[in-house]
Amino acid sequence: MSRLDRSKLPVPGPAGHFVFPRIERTRLPNGLDVRVVSHRSVPVAAMVLLVPGGSSADPSGQPGLASLIADLLDEGSRGMSALEVSDRIARIGGDLDVDVNHDSTIVSLTTLDRFLETGLELVHEISTAPNLTEADFGRVRQLRLERLRQLRDHPSALADRSFAKVLYQSHPYGQPGYGTAESLGAVDVDDVRAGHARMFQPNGATLVLAGDRPADQLLAAAASVFNSWKNDPSVEAAAKDLGRQPPPGHPATRLGLVARPGSAQSELRIGHVAASRATPDYHALILLNAVLGGQFVSRLNMNLREDKGYTYGVRTGFDLRRGLGPFVLQTSVGSDVTVPALRESLMELTDIRGSRPVTADELALARSSVSLGYPRGFETVQQVARSVAQLALHELPDSYFEEFVPALEAVTLQQVTAAATQYLDPDRMTAVVVGDPAKIGEGIGALGLGSPEPVIPPI
Amino acid sequence: MVAVNLWYHVGSKNERPGRTGFAHLFEHLMFEGSKHHDSGYFEPLQRAGGQLNGSTNTDRTNYWEVMPTGALELALFMESDRMGYLLPALTEEKFVNQRDVVLNERRQNYENRPYGLAGVALAAALFPPDHPYHWITIGDPDDLRAATLDDVRTFFETYYHPGNASLTLAGNIETARALDLAERYFGEIPRGPVPPPVHAGIPDMVEQCLWLEDRVELPRLYLGWHSPAMFHGGDADLDLSADVLAHGKTSRLYQRLVYERRVAADVSAYQHSRELSGVYQVACTAAAGVSLPVLEEAITEALAELAATGPTIDELARAQAQTEAQFVYRLQTVGGFGGKSDQLNAYNVFNRNPGFFDGDLARYRAVTPASMAAAVGQWLVGRPRVALSLVPRGQQQLALAGATEVSVS
Repeated sequence: MSRLDRSKLPVPGPAGHFVFPRIERTRLPNGLDVRVVSHRSVPVAAMVLLVPGGSSADPSGQPGLASLIADLLDEGSRGMSALEVSDRIARIGGDLDVDVNHDSTIVSLTTLDRFLETGLELVHEISTAPNLTEADFGRVRQLRLERLRQLRDHPSALADRSFAKVLYQSHPYGQPGYGTAESLGAVDVDDVRAGHARMFQPNGATLVLAGDRPADQLLAAAASVFNSWKNDPSVEAAAKDLGRQPPPGHPATRLGLVARPGSAQSELRIGHVAASRATPDYHALILLNAVLGGQFVSRLNMNLREDKGYTYGVRTGFDLRRGLGPFVLQTSVGSDVTVPALRESLMELTDIRGSRPVTADELALARSSVSLGYPRGFETVQQVARSVAQLALHELPDSYFEEFVPALEAVTLQQVTAAATQYLDPDRMTAVVVGDPAKIGEGIGALGLGSPEPVIPPI
Repeated sequence: MVAVNLWYHVGSKNERPGRTGFAHLFEHLMFEGSKHHDSGYFEPLQRAGGQLNGSTNTDRTNYWEVMPTGALELALFMESDRMGYLLPALTEEKFVNQRDVVLNERRQNYENRPYGLAGVALAAALFPPDHPYHWITIGDPDDLRAATLDDVRTFFETYYHPGNASLTLAGNIETARALDLAERYFGEIPRGPVPPPVHAGIPDMVEQCLWLEDRVELPRLYLGWHSPAMFHGGDADLDLSADVLAHGKTSRLYQRLVYERRVAADVSAYQHSRELSGVYQVACTAAAGVSLPVLEEAITEALAELAATGPTIDELARAQAQTEAQFVYRLQTVGGFGGKSDQLNAYNVFNRNPGFFDGDLARYRAVTPASMAAAVGQWLVGRPRVALSLVPRGQQQLALAGATEVSVS
């Protein structure tokens, strides 16, 4: 072997061929949409039950209801106590997660292949037949109120909640999904039972199962457990897609300040209401975001971290939902550099729209980084099952994964700059700072966002 | 995909007092370019579709890339270049910048995070000032500010060379080609001197009862003991005992304190096994209005029971089933933190046996009710411990009786 020439970097060879998950599906007589993926690597199975609604479906005045219901799912079902359910999950080495997001609620369980049937039965049981007793409700609500108290000390939680409130105000996306002390205090067990009945109906729900078996066996296993789930015609279906109501045109304030005296850092959020997952500019936004703040070598991170040393890291994202989700920049910076960090951030958000548009090389880097790295998202059964559930939530075709990279390749430089101009609006750009007002220093009122206004985080 | 995973057998345990936090600060400098590619480590690898990161703990520093198969050599070039040729690219400017970044990291993840400084106080109390586990990996801010470029050079020459490193490749690659490529990229780098050994084990300790104020709403009690080092006798027993005590709703402490008596908001326990000494820790957050002695009593009682009568057959079977499942789940990923390649390196560096997967699992399968009871009795019950009461500002009265205030920064 010849001596290594270090004068230039090795040029990567062609990417290997990658076979994206092949989705097989059926619809059960009860309306449940079942999708399975045969993923033959390790004897592990992942199942995901997705029901529409999520926290944006919380009735007005009851923020936190969906997430309280989610907490109660594994607190006892079909007459078994919470301890018995927990014991059964542990015995199959199960990894259970119930996640309430803005537009949906997701129950997911990972287990070993030999426990696949038991896992399905558990997911079925806790989702469709939770006990929802008065006693369990009281206990779980107390725990949640305690966690809420603890969140008051977390700068990032204060920033996220305040930012959503400033941007969305009374829109469903402005409600704290975790609830507030007040809203949780006002909910009773009947609200929880009624809410559960609205949320968990087979018609409209999706079950995804990925595992180390042929697709037909996965389909049969899912059907045999979930066929018995019945729709309840006496229940009025959950209000659909409340998140798709138009959000307010302008934020409540352009510069919100959450005072946290003695804070060691300033926690920052910058952004505005931006786009929905259905936007035709989806792929352009992914590339724009990668250049701006979506990866380590992004403009913002190279500036704020690698050049200025203001932060451990900064990132941006378009949080695309069924309704209009926000564009958000998030970072934590030294208190004494709060103002310059805000100024540099705002500058980057503005410059990319025209005065310093995305260059051909930046676009090439972003494109190859995202597209060549895309297969990494399909390594584990959990990743596969969750990705397929997202297709269901956003009504995307089964061919979506295969079409992703070609769609990314088709985006032009002009489209990326046009997306920046359209989706990053300096006139609506809004900042929230959680920090020590005494240490933030002069000049915060001179950023073009007006004077800082106090914000009370909804907790 | 192919995963590249490189461990250097150096961590904060190799630092000296007055220069704490250095191993981790050094890790940051490894991403700032090397002689033959002096313009940032991330860019070419991200351009090729790779994912990468690194981390430092008390015992080791790891670096990894997960690459599309066609870009494996690029990652090997980059890793080997910074192993062989870091110093020519090092500048004062990069050093000062990354020191600022690390100071931000410390403020963000420790000072500005509720309960974030408990770990600093516990490490300092569990290990005497001359013990390498006395300080936490992120280090002391004053020490970070005192670090110099000369320190960087010495550190690099001492610890960053093939004789102190372990490389694994995993994923879509044949063994013969992997070995050839390792030779091609790393073969030319000279082995450095054997790093100075760290002579420290499980130190003597007297019982300590401490309290610390923080910006928190609910007080939390931390109890810490010395415990077996990694892979030593009793390590697996104590690991599973932590599950029996505090993992899941059926665990003894959750069931009693959170579920039945409702005096706690949460409880956790773990056996943190490391090279020189383990630490066994139980942490329990009080429910609103509950003071910490109530929790201390219940935890002490539960440990005594476990030592006296051991776990039930059911409790042990449940803990073993969960552990075994986690072993299998970890095999799903080739790279990253905790994936196959990282696991191989952990076994190779800490146990000199990369194929220790089965042996490791066997340790957990071999635990019996009697062996767990014995381990809990030997290491925890009646043994000197550190009790740290972390209380909301101005609420010292919630702490354990007789606690001494500690200050951390």
